[in-house]
Amino acid sequence: MSDVIIYSVITIAALGTVSAMILFFVAQQFKVIENPKIDDVEEVLPGANCGGCGYAGCRNFAEAIVKTNTLEGMNCPPGGTKVMDNVASIMGMTAEVQAPLVAVMRCSGSKANAPAKVQYDGPETCFFAHNLSAAESGCPYGCLGLADCVRACKFDAMYMDEETGLPVIIEENCVACGACVEACPRDIIELRKVGPKSKRIFVSCINEEKGGVAKKHCSVACIGCWKCEKECKFDAITIENNLAYIDFNKCTLCRKCVVVCPTNAIHELNFKPRKPKPEKKTLENEVKTDAKVVVESEKTEGKPLAKIEDEATDNDNNKE
Amino acid sequence: MSLLKISGSPHVHGDNSVKGVMYGVLYAMIPAILASIYFFGLDSLKVMLVSVVACLLFEYLIQKYLIKGEVTITDGSALITGVLLAFNVPSNLPVFVIIVGAFVSIVIAKMSFGGLGKNIFNPALVGRVFLLMSFPVEMTSWPIPKPLFSGKVLDAITGPTPLGILKEGLDAGKSVSELSQQLPDYITELLGNHGGSLGEVSAIALLIGAAYLLFRKIITWHIPTSYLGSVIIFSGILWLINPELYINPLFHLVTGGMILGVFFMATDMVTTPMSPKGMIIFGLGAGIITMLIRIWGAYPEGVSFAILIMNAFVPLIDKGFKPKRFGERIKNG
Amino acid sequence: MKTFKRGGVHPEENKLSENQPIEVLSVPKRVTILLGQNLGANSKPVVNKRDKVKVGQLIAKGEAFISANLHSPVSGTVLKIDDVPDQVGHNKAAIVIDVDGDEWVEGIVRSSEIAKDIKLSKEEIVKKIQEMGVVGLGGAAFPTHIKLMVPEGKVPNVLIINGVECEPYLTADHRLMLEKGEELLIGISILMKGLGVSKAIIGIENNKADAIHLLKELANNFLGIEVQSLKVKYPQGGEKQLIKALINREVPSGKLPLDVGCVVSNVGTAFAVYEAVQKNKPLIERVVSVTGKSVKKPSNLLVRIGTPISDLIGKVEGLPEDTGKIIGGGPMMGKTLISMNAAVVKGTSGILVMRENESSRIAVKDCIRCAKCVSVCPMGLSPYLLAIYGEQERYEDAGLEDVMDCIECGSCHYICPSGRPLLDYLRVDKVRVGEIMRNR
Repeated sequence: MSDVIIYSVITIAALGTVSAMILFFVAQQFKVIENPKIDDVEEVLPGANCGGCGYAGCRNFAEAIVKTNTLEGMNCPPGGTKVMDNVASIMGMTAEVQAPLVAVMRCSGSKANAPAKVQYDGPETCFFAHNLSAAESGCPYGCLGLADCVRACKFDAMYMDEETGLPVIIEENCVACGACVEACPRDIIELRKVGPKSKRIFVSCINEEKGGVAKKHCSVACIGCWKCEKECKFDAITIENNLAYIDFNKCTLCRKCVVVCPTNAIHELNFKPRKPKPEKKTLENEVKTDAKVVVESEKTEGKPLAKIEDEATDNDNNKE
Repeated sequence: MSLLKISGSPHVHGDNSVKGVMYGVLYAMIPAILASIYFFGLDSLKVMLVSVVACLLFEYLIQKYLIKGEVTITDGSALITGVLLAFNVPSNLPVFVIIVGAFVSIVIAKMSFGGLGKNIFNPALVGRVFLLMSFPVEMTSWPIPKPLFSGKVLDAITGPTPLGILKEGLDAGKSVSELSQQLPDYITELLGNHGGSLGEVSAIALLIGAAYLLFRKIITWHIPTSYLGSVIIFSGILWLINPELYINPLFHLVTGGMILGVFFMATDMVTTPMSPKGMIIFGLGAGIITMLIRIWGAYPEGVSFAILIMNAFVPLIDKGFKPKRFGERIKNG
Repeated sequence: MKTFKRGGVHPEENKLSENQPIEVLSVPKRVTILLGQNLGANSKPVVNKRDKVKVGQLIAKGEAFISANLHSPVSGTVLKIDDVPDQVGHNKAAIVIDVDGDEWVEGIVRSSEIAKDIKLSKEEIVKKIQEMGVVGLGGAAFPTHIKLMVPEGKVPNVLIINGVECEPYLTADHRLMLEKGEELLIGISILMKGLGVSKAIIGIENNKADAIHLLKELANNFLGIEVQSLKVKYPQGGEKQLIKALINREVPSGKLPLDVGCVVSNVGTAFAVYEAVQKNKPLIERVVSVTGKSVKKPSNLLVRIGTPISDLIGKVEGLPEDTGKIIGGGPMMGKTLISMNAAVVKGTSGILVMRENESSRIAVKDCIRCAKCVSVCPMGLSPYLLAIYGEQERYEDAGLEDVMDCIECGSCHYICPSGRPLLDYLRVDKVRVGEIMRNR
């Protein structure tokens, strides 16, 4: 009986020793010496592996920081300044102050604004639909409404609005990782600065077609009429390929462009609602009244918009 | 006129549908159903009805109340499972045992994997094997067929299956030639007038159904051919070595669940490989395992186990045996 | 009966317009010529806004290696050179010409007299074909002159002419073979000379018995041209399948027919070559089948490139009430049109109007692993698996499973009992895998 015990003890001990030796040898042979800073940096990163920094995951980002030994161009969007400050203190540097960004949806081609002219019948993926043809409304730039961006979002910051058929960004959750920007085959979503008190003004359209054509697809398309550009005193608005774009570095959030836009393509976010002022026929007041009123009056006056519509009819003729 | 549609090509579709495929299999089982009713009387009808109704009910309940999704019991797949399960049990099985079998088949083997198309194992066979191990007595008391209109009114007489006779006899040290006195002749075995599960007894009826399946292109020739081929070769070699110890291949082909298993369960599209090469490997493996169990295993019958074991290998086979690509071989003419 | 071996399906043929002679469609009021009509780079415009152009005048030059010339199909004034929506609604650069009269450039022979003698030399033929902007009319619109410029080290020994027209509904090639048989054979002889081969085989499916009969008879007068009837099977018109069916050679993955010593050309292309070389006529018109079960008068129309599709529909007595889908091309590989304002391009082989009840796809169910897609895939792929990779965005895996070999024939989707959009996902795979490969 005791033999059995002795033999088994010896066998197990021998096995253990041999295994330990093998393990030790292998560990020595394949030892990877890594800078311990990588672990430290990784520790303070959010660990979401969202890819917003441009690296595959948090670990890769930490490696890149430690290896290049610089913070230039390195930013962790979901972590923001706080995390980057922590990283900087580990690295013994100071972080550049990065303005926080947030995703904005630059298309308002909802089911009502851009009624469907054809019906898409295929798999629920924007990427395929985009390669197949223009959107259901006929707009080759607009949102396809098949939620590639929503599926790409790892922070529950997006959902599809059933009524409009467009994705909605929940700003509180958005960490500006850029996954949705990447996912959108039409580059509709843009990362913009959050702005003071989250106030933002942007053109909610990326259609580069001529005014008449764009208007036919969608009632709230940017028609490239130059009105906002003329209105802007700060050169923040540029128009290229029949499309206005507001530079968020130059924009002072004066909201004047919002009112002059004949198609309501310029959106303002998180501003206090405007107070409708009593009727006074001064230019100043007219500017401040509700955008729609301005559009109406312009229509009746019929100067600039008439021109646009001329072009529209012209384009119609071209097509036939 | 409603809106024009836009979609990717192709814009036409063949007349295939899941329902069409499933009901095709069901039509193919009709001869065997009729044969079982003929041989086992209303008992078999009862078993089949209970099994089918239980399967449909379990699938309905799960889809309606657990998954809360679309109810697809009309697609015919649960119906097939029900009939196949009934085919695999004796006709005198108590009702509650059948219901347990249906529960295991549908709930455990099918729906818990995600429903039709996602199950790894053939549901009816899982149910059958579960019953075989849980209720060995009930599952192996085979009633002697009492054909309708034959006049003999014998009730509750049970007897062994031909495979059982062979196995027990060989284990007891008897030789094949001694045992063949007790075995039914091949014509009887082919027609089905011997003890066994409901659906497996009549090889002829099953073969008619199999011909229909092949004709409708619901199944392909690959699995049946390689399955039967490997059984014939395996048992043939042993038979040639010692015909007193090992019975001839023909006996193996027509007895037990061989025909039923080969044409109706080994060809179940969900649980078999996708490429022709893979199907042949599947058939070969199943054939060899069947013969191993029949000759050296503890059970007289091995078809169910063989198919289930090979089911488990399907993902591996699919990974290893891809269909042959076009244009790998260059000929110069 | 010869055919290709692996895979394939046999959809309902529905050749509704096969007995309708080719009709000439009147010149439209305005044409839109897309600059990117052919496979490869866009052509570069050589006219300006408000220029007057004549029929057959060069309006855009193919400057890149894989590119083709464009000629004005009408006479009139250039209205604009701008982006216009193409057949699927994406904006593409195009030249729009307002039609005024029908004045042709000098030098184009317009008589229908058959010119038999091939006077040009091998090099001159290639040059002429390039000059006249001839591209493959089977669908992909690959510039024909490039096929004739054989790179060093490759030796073609047989020319294969695709008269298969395996797509259901379409009959343009069928009618062309019946009505222009002799011209076609001269065109083939020219291609043979240009390519330097002494043998040509015309493959025709046996549902076009009249065309087979006629061409067999005519081919007796031509040296080295053989007519081969083929069993009806889709996608026999795919060049790899056709080569396999006719001469039993397999084009290796990622290679061209030239690698197995042959060049494939469509019958429509052969006719265009005849016109270009013998009649000095650029590729400015083509035969288009306008068809569909509810279409009142399914027809084969000879139309000028750039004609709005609405004109073609108008010719067949308008769009039927129950239209659910309009397809440019055949039902297996065609693209759905987003509007009828778009123009005919060189690759438009048909306009198919589907009924509403034929237009919807069947409800998508889970894969039941029936392996039908595997068995019908002419390229020996596993569409079910590739579609799963597409759905799960596993593009690397899809690349390893040779998704780039897919010829997008649609047989897998056609046969799938669960109605899974297999080809849609395979297309996603192909685009993504292409991106990955380019990034390497």
